[in-house]
Amino acid sequence: MKKGTKYALMLGAVPFLTLVLALPLVNRERPVILGLPFLLFWILGWVVLTPVFLYAAYRLEKKYNPPDEEDGP
Amino acid sequence: MNVALVIIAAVVLGSVALGIRAGRRVPMNLENWTVGGRRFGVIIMWLLMAGEIYTTFTFLGASGWAYTKGAPAFYIIIYGTLAYTLSFFILPAVWRAGKRHGLHTQPDFFIKRYGSRALGVLVALIGVLSIVPYLQLQLTGLGFIVEVASNRAVSSAAAIVIAFVLTCLFVFTSGIRGAAWVAVVKDILMIAAVAVVGIGVPVMCFGSVGNMFKTLMERMPGYLAFPGGTPNLGVTWVMSTCLLTGLGFYMWPHVFGSAFSARSAETIKRNAVIMPFYQIPILLVFFVGFTALLVAPGLKNGDTAFLALVQKTYPPWFMGFVGAAGALTAMVPASVLVLFASTLIAKNIYRTVFAPGAGEDRVIRLARIMVFVVMILALTSTFFFRKELVYLLIFGYDGVSQFFPGVVLGLFWRRATKQGVAAGLLTGVGVVVGLIVAGRDPFLGLNAGFVGLAANAAVTVLVSLSTKSASGGWE
Repeated sequence: MKKGTKYALMLGAVPFLTLVLALPLVNRERPVILGLPFLLFWILGWVVLTPVFLYAAYRLEKKYNPPDEEDGP
Repeated sequence: MNVALVIIAAVVLGSVALGIRAGRRVPMNLENWTVGGRRFGVIIMWLLMAGEIYTTFTFLGASGWAYTKGAPAFYIIIYGTLAYTLSFFILPAVWRAGKRHGLHTQPDFFIKRYGSRALGVLVALIGVLSIVPYLQLQLTGLGFIVEVASNRAVSSAAAIVIAFVLTCLFVFTSGIRGAAWVAVVKDILMIAAVAVVGIGVPVMCFGSVGNMFKTLMERMPGYLAFPGGTPNLGVTWVMSTCLLTGLGFYMWPHVFGSAFSARSAETIKRNAVIMPFYQIPILLVFFVGFTALLVAPGLKNGDTAFLALVQKTYPPWFMGFVGAAGALTAMVPASVLVLFASTLIAKNIYRTVFAPGAGEDRVIRLARIMVFVVMILALTSTFFFRKELVYLLIFGYDGVSQFFPGVVLGLFWRRATKQGVAAGLLTGVGVVVGLIVAGRDPFLGLNAGFVGLAANAAVTVLVSLSTKSASGGWE
């Protein structure tokens, strides 16, 4: 597997870990953060952070395996 | 004069005109009609994808789930995020295959990768069977929204028939380009409406969103953690459902096919990066559902919560914009659903089974006529097969998710064979139908579709390993 793909996959795994696997650990209403019950705050936080991780994956992939002619721009 | 009705009519007609114009000066061959000539950039892709994904379910269903079920509704913002993440890794490869082999539809992909026309027909059949009830759901939602928003000046049935004709018109003339242009209006209107209502309603009723949640947690402790207000939708159900729907999301024939419209694989990746932001409006819809639960408890149908609250708190002209946004929210997904169902029927079922020698011009002519046939089918099934439709609807997501192993293994595992994929697909669908009919969904706390998918993946791998792969011409 190419280096860029490996890094990208690791970053792409984050939402699956936080938004699926971690759910039993965060299934609670309190503490209330920014007015939101804890479970909803957790979910929303990781949803909003996902683009950050995906953007990092995008940059890394581009750096290590540059797109060929067909893929751009 | 009914202000709301005038606004709804003006916005909807204006958007449809835009949609019809979009196809002018483009020769309507299959390449242009179904995949927009593979020319869409990041912004138009984002608007189109959001246009398809945000259905009437977003307006009515998400607030309805928040209202009647509480926390389990949160699965809706999770699974989309998982799906966008997956799309970052899967769709560029799908797009490249599409470009290289001139693919238009999901069954095209299966035919090309596995060298089996029969498999293509099977995929097309499952696809159409899943699309029709979904299409019908959009029509029903539209009728309901327009009837309420126009203060019953237009009956639900009349609204459905008018919307049906208008949608068919812009799909027929402009294909996917028409859908994309109507989606532009729809996305802007819908986000505006949801933002105003989602923040406005809790603030007007409770002073702030935080206060609304505080009141809710005091009055109904436990409602905002799984399983919320339900007896059986616990954390295992949420996890398995998020995985199933997250994996199944891009397996819908129309969403999968839309990926071919992108200009490049890069476009698709960049699109995937920004897609999760589209989940934020759903959060606002939840706010409305929760507020409704506190200020208007005891609604017979939770799906009416959103509109009931808007009607109570906003002037009629605003209701007009919500009605227009709601109508377009049904029409855009409906247009893409009907477009792909028609292409599947014309290209992957009719041509393969009845007229193997038919040229592309004959296929596109038939596909465009099929638009009206599929719509009429969805309309009549609303009246005659109500009970069966409910089953089909549950089956929809579970059914299309079964394409996942065939697509992903097909892309990234050279050993995957047509026998493996066909056996896996039939096993998965069999398990799902069996569990649903036997009333065993959820099964041991797991979503039935998820159980089917696990069986499907195992069978696909095992059968593939014991058969010889023959994917000539794929690489």
